[in-house]
Amino acid sequence: MSGPDGLSDHAPVLTAHRAGLVGCRGCGRVWPRHTDVCGRCGARLAPPDRRSLQAVWAWWLAGLIFYIPANLWPMLRTQSFLGLAGNTEATILGGVVDLMHYGNYGIAAIVFVASIVVPIGKFVVIAWLARVAGKPASVEAAHTRLRALEAVEFIGRWSMIDVFVVAILSALVQLGFVASIHPGPAAVSFALSVAFTMLSALSFDPRLIWRGLPLRTRRDRTAE
Amino acid sequence: MIEAGQYDMRTGAGLIACPRCDALHVETELLDGEKAACIRCGHVLARPREGAFTQIVALSFTSLVLMVAAVFFPFLEISRMGLGNATSLFGVAMAFSQGWLMPLTVAMLAFIVGLPALRAALLVYVLLPMRGQGRPARHAGEAFRLSELLRPWSMAEIFVIGTSVALVKVAGLATVSLGPAFWAFCALIIVGAASDVFTCAATIWDTLEDRGAFTDGREVVPDTDAAARERRIVERAPSAPDRAG
Repeated sequence: MSGPDGLSDHAPVLTAHRAGLVGCRGCGRVWPRHTDVCGRCGARLAPPDRRSLQAVWAWWLAGLIFYIPANLWPMLRTQSFLGLAGNTEATILGGVVDLMHYGNYGIAAIVFVASIVVPIGKFVVIAWLARVAGKPASVEAAHTRLRALEAVEFIGRWSMIDVFVVAILSALVQLGFVASIHPGPAAVSFALSVAFTMLSALSFDPRLIWRGLPLRTRRDRTAE
Repeated sequence: MIEAGQYDMRTGAGLIACPRCDALHVETELLDGEKAACIRCGHVLARPREGAFTQIVALSFTSLVLMVAAVFFPFLEISRMGLGNATSLFGVAMAFSQGWLMPLTVAMLAFIVGLPALRAALLVYVLLPMRGQGRPARHAGEAFRLSELLRPWSMAEIFVIGTSVALVKVAGLATVSLGPAFWAFCALIIVGAASDVFTCAATIWDTLEDRGAFTDGREVVPDTDAAARERRIVERAPSAPDRAG
C-alpha cells in the first residue's frame, strides 16, 4: 500500500484527520467526518482528540488508588501446624524477600519484576504518554512513544501472574494441620489495579502520538 | 463497488487509515504471503496467508478440546506427611470464593477459561463458513469484533506461567505432581500462539466484506491478477519502502 498521492518515505504523511475524514481504529476503514459508527466493524468512530485522555487519566488514577492497598495488605496468609509454627502474612514485597531467603533468586526476580517493577513502570509510562500526547514531537520521538505504548499494552496483562499464583497456592496448599494458605485482601485490589491500568492503556488513542508532528519533516526544510 | 486502486477523498472509500497513527493508504488487494505495513509507523496493516482460515479453525477447535480437558482433568496434586490435596482448575478459581473475595472468582474463571474458550468459539463461528468461497454466517462481523475486543483479557498463557511460579514456591513445602490438565494448558498456549500468528484482522474484515456481509458499495473488487502484475513492476524499483514480504 502507498500514500494516496504516491508519497515517499520522508514527505509529510496525509492523515485521515487532516483530510477531513475519520479512520476506524478497529478495522482501518475510512469514513466521512461526523460518522458515528464504522459500517464495517461496528466500532465507535472518534477523531484523535486530547479530550479522550480523560478516560486514560480516570482509569490510571483508579489503578493507582488500588495499587496502594495491594502493597500494604497481605497477599497470602500461611498457617503451619495449626499456628504453632507461626502464622505468617506476606505482602507482595515480603513474598519476594521470602523467595530470596530460600535461594530461589530466579523466581524472586520474576515475581519482583511482574508485581513491582512492571506496575510502577506502567504508571510512569502511561502518565508520560498522556502528558505529551498531541504536543509537538519529532518523528523519532513519536516512534519511541509508540514503542513505549506497545510495551505497556503487551506487558500490562502479565502483572496478573501474581493473582494467579495466590489462587493456585491457596487452592493447592490445604494440608490440614500441616500447612494451609489463604488469599489475603491484597489479591483483589492488585487484580483491580492491573485491570484498571490495562483499561487505561487501552483507552489511550495512539493516533494522538502523531498529531503533534510538524507538517513537514526537518529533512524537507533543510532541502528547501 | 470500486476497483482496486481507486479512492475517493471525500467519502474515504477505497482508503485505509492506519489504526495506530491515522496515516492514509490506498487499499489494495494483497496476495497470500505479502505484507502491507504503514508508511509512517510501520504497523502491519495486513498480512494474508494461504489457507489461514482453515488453520485458525483447526487451531481453535484444538484449543476448545484442550480447554475441556484442562477443566475436567486433575490439575495439580501435592502431598506431605501422608496428607494430600488435589485441585482442579475450578478449585483454583474457587480459592477466592470466601466472603468478599467472591467477585474475583468470577473474574478468574472468565480470564482463564471463559474468555479463551469464547474467543476460540467465535473464531470458529466466523471463519468456518468462510473457508473456500463460502458466505459468512449471520452477525459474523459482530462476532469477530467481540473476539478482537476480548483479546487482551484472555489470560490462559499468563496462568500457566503463574502455575510454574506457584510450583517453585510449593516445591520446598511438599511433593507436587502435575496432572493432565496442566499439560493440556501448556499445549493450549502453543496452540493459541500459533493461532495468533495466522490471524490477520484486516484480511478477515476484508473477506467478510467481499463475501457480502456488508454491501454498501465501498468494497474493493479483488482483481488479484492485475494487482500482482503491477506490484511486480513496483518491486523492481529500489524505492518501495512500504512493501515487504
